[in-house]
Amino acid sequence: MSSRDEILASVRRNLPREDRPLPVVPLFDDAPPASLLAAFKDNLHRMGGVFLDPPASGDTLAPVRAKIADAKIVCSTVPEIAGNRDLATLGKPQDLADVDFAIVRASFAVAETGSVLLSDAELHVNAVAYLAQHLIVLLDPADIVVNLHHAYQRSEFRDRHYASFHTGPSATADIEGVLIHGAQGVRSLSVLPIARATGDPAH
Amino acid sequence: MSTPPGMLHPELLADDEANSIHRDGRRLDHAEAASKPLRSRPEAQPRGAKVHGNRPIDQAEAAVRFIAAPEHEKMHDERLWDLRQKRDREMHGIAEWEELRTLASAIKEHTLTHLDQYLEQFEANAKSNGINVHWARDAAEHNQIVHGIITDHGAKSLIKSKSMLTEECGFRHYMASVGIEVIETDLGERIQQLDNEDPSHVVVPAVHKLRTDVAEVFAKTIGTDPANSDVHYLAEAQREATRPLILAADAGMTGCNFAVAETGSFVVCTNEGNADLSANVPKLHIASIGIEKIIPRFEHLAVFVRLLSRSALGSPVTQYTSHFRGPRAGGEMHIVLVDNGRSERLGMAEFWTSLKCIRCGACMNTCPVYRRSGGLSYGATYSGPIGLIIDPTFNQRKYSNLPFASTLNGSCSNVCPVKINIHEQIYAWRRVLVERHETPLAKRVEMKAAGELLSRPAAYRAAIAAADVALAHLPRFVIYNGLNAWGRHREVPHAPKQTFHSWYQANRGGEK
Repeated sequence: MSSRDEILASVRRNLPREDRPLPVVPLFDDAPPASLLAAFKDNLHRMGGVFLDPPASGDTLAPVRAKIADAKIVCSTVPEIAGNRDLATLGKPQDLADVDFAIVRASFAVAETGSVLLSDAELHVNAVAYLAQHLIVLLDPADIVVNLHHAYQRSEFRDRHYASFHTGPSATADIEGVLIHGAQGVRSLSVLPIARATGDPAH
Repeated sequence: MSTPPGMLHPELLADDEANSIHRDGRRLDHAEAASKPLRSRPEAQPRGAKVHGNRPIDQAEAAVRFIAAPEHEKMHDERLWDLRQKRDREMHGIAEWEELRTLASAIKEHTLTHLDQYLEQFEANAKSNGINVHWARDAAEHNQIVHGIITDHGAKSLIKSKSMLTEECGFRHYMASVGIEVIETDLGERIQQLDNEDPSHVVVPAVHKLRTDVAEVFAKTIGTDPANSDVHYLAEAQREATRPLILAADAGMTGCNFAVAETGSFVVCTNEGNADLSANVPKLHIASIGIEKIIPRFEHLAVFVRLLSRSALGSPVTQYTSHFRGPRAGGEMHIVLVDNGRSERLGMAEFWTSLKCIRCGACMNTCPVYRRSGGLSYGATYSGPIGLIIDPTFNQRKYSNLPFASTLNGSCSNVCPVKINIHEQIYAWRRVLVERHETPLAKRVEMKAAGELLSRPAAYRAAIAAADVALAHLPRFVIYNGLNAWGRHREVPHAPKQTFHSWYQANRGGEK
């Protein structure tokens, strides 16, 4: 008998003979915040992320350009900002070790937690979101859902091979509870609210 | 500086603004960060329980040594109580908290009572997504399977994220014996690996160590300045030392927090992003999954993700919640479904619901015994209240003393996000172990006498009244002697002038 069959046989032999129906999970969306964007921003900040407020000048991308002005290697997967490291010609993920900034677009965001979802469709090479020193995420304010119950109804979890909620930067407080940003992954995560370009296939 | 409310050891409060991170004028305390700046004084680290093969672990002996190191004991107590208080804060922020706990418990109980079906569904979907699925009956088979996959790829080094299952399997020791280098990528777990010590907590593995202990370990192993115990310096040095190992690794390994049957996906939660590095940098990704991690659908996952980090750390969510449904382009993905005693536990009428556990550690953070004795005092993979009811299923003799390391105050059951009746199972294990004669003779004699007394109400009432009188009049040395472990570090409460029973007889005895 294979290990698989032995384990399944043992499970069947030992199943508790109890009636335990599967409950229906409500969406818990009776009292949504007045502004999903404001709630998202507040929770993102609590989790150590940075929300890039659009400047009064109306030049939405100015905060991103300011951040990457002194960076040597920028890897962008969005049409709005050009980088200088092309993922299409990348040999292997390890070649991203010297990236200072990665710029990607979020599939969507969650107001309850301040999370953005990044999937393999947006990242192209998953490791870019972890090997880069800093991460900048573009988010369409129309792409914010109220809570995780709504989030898990999205198709990304059924379509994509990889999808990850990022909520602020890599963090640890494993030594005496002292908070550190950039434990192993990115040292900072910034979110810029900007509508998707028209013709963006994700919309 | 005024003492913030809720501190157990106000003397630990530090004036440490420079080391804190602020946003919108607030001091950030997400992830496992303390809600107030704390600072300890250097002190030699107490070590864990002495393990002698199959002999029963003496938890109390190790606890005495932990308590004898007051800086360690205070910091440990304070930090875990702080996590518990942060958990309460998050709980009060969600109106449906108790409903979520009830749902989580019901979903887990449903899945466990249909586990064979959900395992088969999970396997079929994972396979159709291109994942290689393996099954391991026990720890040895798990280790051999992973070794086999690694050998097939000619791999020599493996980076991994924290996984209690691999701890349970003795995976690192096994891989060392076959010459494969394993590098832990979680900071706390890496500290423990470099110090050749097991994790002391399921979520914060090095919580029992002071910054000076870490400085000592890093000075010996990664060449930091032994005199520098600045936490930012230590964390940065570890990042710089680990990064080349991550880039050079041939294979990556993760555990699993939840496995979703409807899609064959598995979910891994970390704060450091180290699981995502382990999974996405090397070509080969292997995930070890206990068979009890299955849940039916994504709508159920929402309940658990909302509860996990709030219960564990008092943080709304982990920094990273990653969903793996298949290998990436050009990559290869394997999962190992591990039984290692779980299917047998499913058949234990009093204990099967312990399989609902999502390893959040909330029961450990709230437990007064755990907080003051440290996780390593249990000498087992799982410590604290959940350990007391899981460890004996692995080895009844070795862990026969553990169910007695509890006050049965029930706090563990009250905070458990999946509503395991932990304290009742602790009590039930005491009975089982006594019946099977796994407890020491002295404890059996004591309990036999107690049993006789408790079975005769009149005798019990007389004994209690006599004991209260005795406590009020006995000299200290009789109460606080070496035979009473409870009297060693705390005052016995003042005995009431009257027992409840005699008060009731006098005041309400005539009422119907």
